[in-house]
Amino acid sequence: MLKDITIGQFFPGKSIIHRLDSRFKIILDVAYVVMLFIAGNFYSLALAGVFMVFVYLLSGISFKLIFKSLKPILPIILITCLLNLFFISGEGEPLVQLGFIHIYMEGITTSIFMTVRIIFLIVGMSLLTYTTSPIALTDAIERLFSPLKKLHFPVHELAMMMTIALRFIPTLIEETDKIMSAQKARGANLDTGGLIKKAKALIPVLIPLFVSAFKRANELALAMECRCYRGGDGRTRMKQLKSGVKDYIALIITAAMFAAVILLNIYIPIFGL
Amino acid sequence: MNEIIKTENLVFEYTVFDENGEETGKNRVLKDITLQIEEGSFVAVLGHNGSGKSTLAKHFNGILVPTSGSVLIDGIDSTDESRIFDIRQTVGMVFQNPDNQIVATIVEEDVAFALENLGVPPDEIRRRVDEALKTVDMYEYREHAPHQLSGGQKQRVAVAGIIAMRPRCIVMDEPTAMLDPKGRKEIMATIKTLNKEHGITVVLITHYMEEAAQADRVVVIDKGEILLDDVPKKIFSQVELLKSVGLDVPQATELMYELKKSGVDAPQDIIDENECADYLYKLLTEQK
Amino acid sequence: MNVIELKNVTYKYSAGTPFESVAVDDVSVSIEKGEFCGIIGHTGSGKSTLIQHLNGLIKPTSGEVLIDGKNIWDKDVDIRNIRFKVGLVFQYSEHQLFEETVYKDIAFGPKNMGLSEEEIDKRVHEAAENMGLSAELLERSPFDLSGGQKRRAALAGVIAMNPEILILDEPAAGLDPIGREKVLSKISDYHKKYGTTILLVSHSMEDIVKYAEKVLVMNKGKIFCHEETDKVFAKQDEIIKIGLDVPQITKIIMKLREKGINLGNDIYTVERAKERILEYLDKGTIC
Repeated sequence: MLKDITIGQFFPGKSIIHRLDSRFKIILDVAYVVMLFIAGNFYSLALAGVFMVFVYLLSGISFKLIFKSLKPILPIILITCLLNLFFISGEGEPLVQLGFIHIYMEGITTSIFMTVRIIFLIVGMSLLTYTTSPIALTDAIERLFSPLKKLHFPVHELAMMMTIALRFIPTLIEETDKIMSAQKARGANLDTGGLIKKAKALIPVLIPLFVSAFKRANELALAMECRCYRGGDGRTRMKQLKSGVKDYIALIITAAMFAAVILLNIYIPIFGL
Repeated sequence: MNEIIKTENLVFEYTVFDENGEETGKNRVLKDITLQIEEGSFVAVLGHNGSGKSTLAKHFNGILVPTSGSVLIDGIDSTDESRIFDIRQTVGMVFQNPDNQIVATIVEEDVAFALENLGVPPDEIRRRVDEALKTVDMYEYREHAPHQLSGGQKQRVAVAGIIAMRPRCIVMDEPTAMLDPKGRKEIMATIKTLNKEHGITVVLITHYMEEAAQADRVVVIDKGEILLDDVPKKIFSQVELLKSVGLDVPQATELMYELKKSGVDAPQDIIDENECADYLYKLLTEQK
Repeated sequence: MNVIELKNVTYKYSAGTPFESVAVDDVSVSIEKGEFCGIIGHTGSGKSTLIQHLNGLIKPTSGEVLIDGKNIWDKDVDIRNIRFKVGLVFQYSEHQLFEETVYKDIAFGPKNMGLSEEEIDKRVHEAAENMGLSAELLERSPFDLSGGQKRRAALAGVIAMNPEILILDEPAAGLDPIGREKVLSKISDYHKKYGTTILLVSHSMEDIVKYAEKVLVMNKGKIFCHEETDKVFAKQDEIIKIGLDVPQITKIIMKLREKGINLGNDIYTVERAKERILEYLDKGTIC
């Protein structure tokens, strides 16, 4: 059933990582991604990996989840791995030569390097959503981008839309389930047939869903008006995002890691890319 | 007593268009309604679907404005655009579908929504949110997501979101229509707490007579007009009139009405179970 | 003859995960052909899950569902045919309306059955009439109808499949007294006219008492009892204990009994209460 899909991969907790200011978390996460791309050899990459494991340990998120988060992107990882393996040619004789396939030593190392980098990338970015509630994320995005308001970029409106979307996704999923059951009870055939037939069969589900979504939007707008909503100007927030000592410590540690990665790149240029 | 809401000769109509966008006439939903709601009272507005009761409710905080006549909310004319936020803070509104009133993904964030819009300082918001959640008995659910709650609980969160603004009056437009019996009881209990303990004026729009029977005063609306306006006992004693406009009466009242038709001199103003049992006891023991 | 038979049906949500919860717990029950059975139980008692087993929308975790003596999950059974045989009308059924006209919407089920044009036309008109929808409404958009009409149009869409068994989940929820009365009386008339087996889920004891011949009470995923309406409401104390309501008139008579006057424990309509009171006044006792 549709209900089984989990939306937002947030796992509530009280760890130091959970408690970090979400604005810092976003910035540090971006920094981590940049770090991964700067890492030019296995040593610096390994350091980035160690750093990530360290942060995971602090967050108390189970390692099982890491494998779960990798599952959906397994094909991408595999393709990257194979492309690098087959298409990187190095100097000297290939190690394996089967027809048009040539595998060089360089191909193997690059392939491993790129695969590990992608895995680190995904796992590192997942940590942000694992430890930060969607609402805190939305909040942080709204505040980080608030300077753009001066350029008439609708920052508040976008954040509000994100909040409402997050709020209504579970409601609409439940509703879709109900409508599907009701139409199945009238003999609708939703599961079989070709693509076009399937798309056509969805009309009895989609129309009621849209009708209800518009009705909800209407009523919600009215309810928001009754609660004095008038856009982002002059709004305050109950929960203030407060940065503290811990956030600056996290910033310093990340910066130190960043520097270490660069130093490793410079002084051990065994494997330059 | 001070009147929190006052309508005078309120008329509301909208223009009807045909398929080609041509004006075909006017639909008059409310006809000449003059009504005062006293501060601190609990008033039920009873009527069947299409009687105009919800349209009337929407005039009480400026969502709709009269075609002619006037609506004064704590003395402010509802057509005064510059004071619309004062009006909305004075008279809060709760709607039928609890799902479509909750904006945020966390209960306490939702309760804070109105206060954030009003620019209240964060510490003050926190205090008022906690207070509002405790009033509706939902404090322990403050960190839940709305979709994890039952219908009655969601509706109480919606109420908390309104009372956090500290309105002096709260208008509820069929707040129990989509709830199960347990949820309905929860909301009725919440209404009583708000009215009796916190002194908030409550206007309850409903088509359930058992809910209207709990109010201090019942206004029956039919075809856009006030049909009856009195205390519940006086209203429900008019069994035939109510039935003729598609409304029910409590079974206690109906029993009294039936007994009278059969020649027993039963009082016609009984609406409550206990009262009814007491009367029957007296009737049956004396007769012996 | 039993048209529905459940044998040790158990249904677990999210079976095999830490979130596992038992919604229907080892339920065995038989419904006779032509029975008008009310189903009561508070939210979460498992009644909604139970009824979705009867037309195969939910497959039991264990146990058997037999319709007309045949297990619906046998390999040689086409589950769609079961859905035509067992019509299920969901709560707020107007949410299923989607076609341009009421006519087309009611025709959706019969069309899925693969019936001929003439047969479909006949059934649409018949169903609309049985649900009290005039012929001129058939050409309107279902979204232009009133709340009560929409509900009845949705019901007609299921009735047009001529199901042997009709299951209704709170068909009157959210309607005002007039709308309520109209929907329920149409269902009752339909039952009388065609003898269709009907299962009516409702929170309103007054409605159950008025229309149902038998009542099935669900509590915590199990069947608390399944008996004639009279017998079920005679257990008023137990029914209140499991968190369900009884009609106001029953409460009044119960209060009177506490005071020492017993008018009988089978009173749940105003009509009967009046008769007993008059009888008591007449003879000074109830025989």
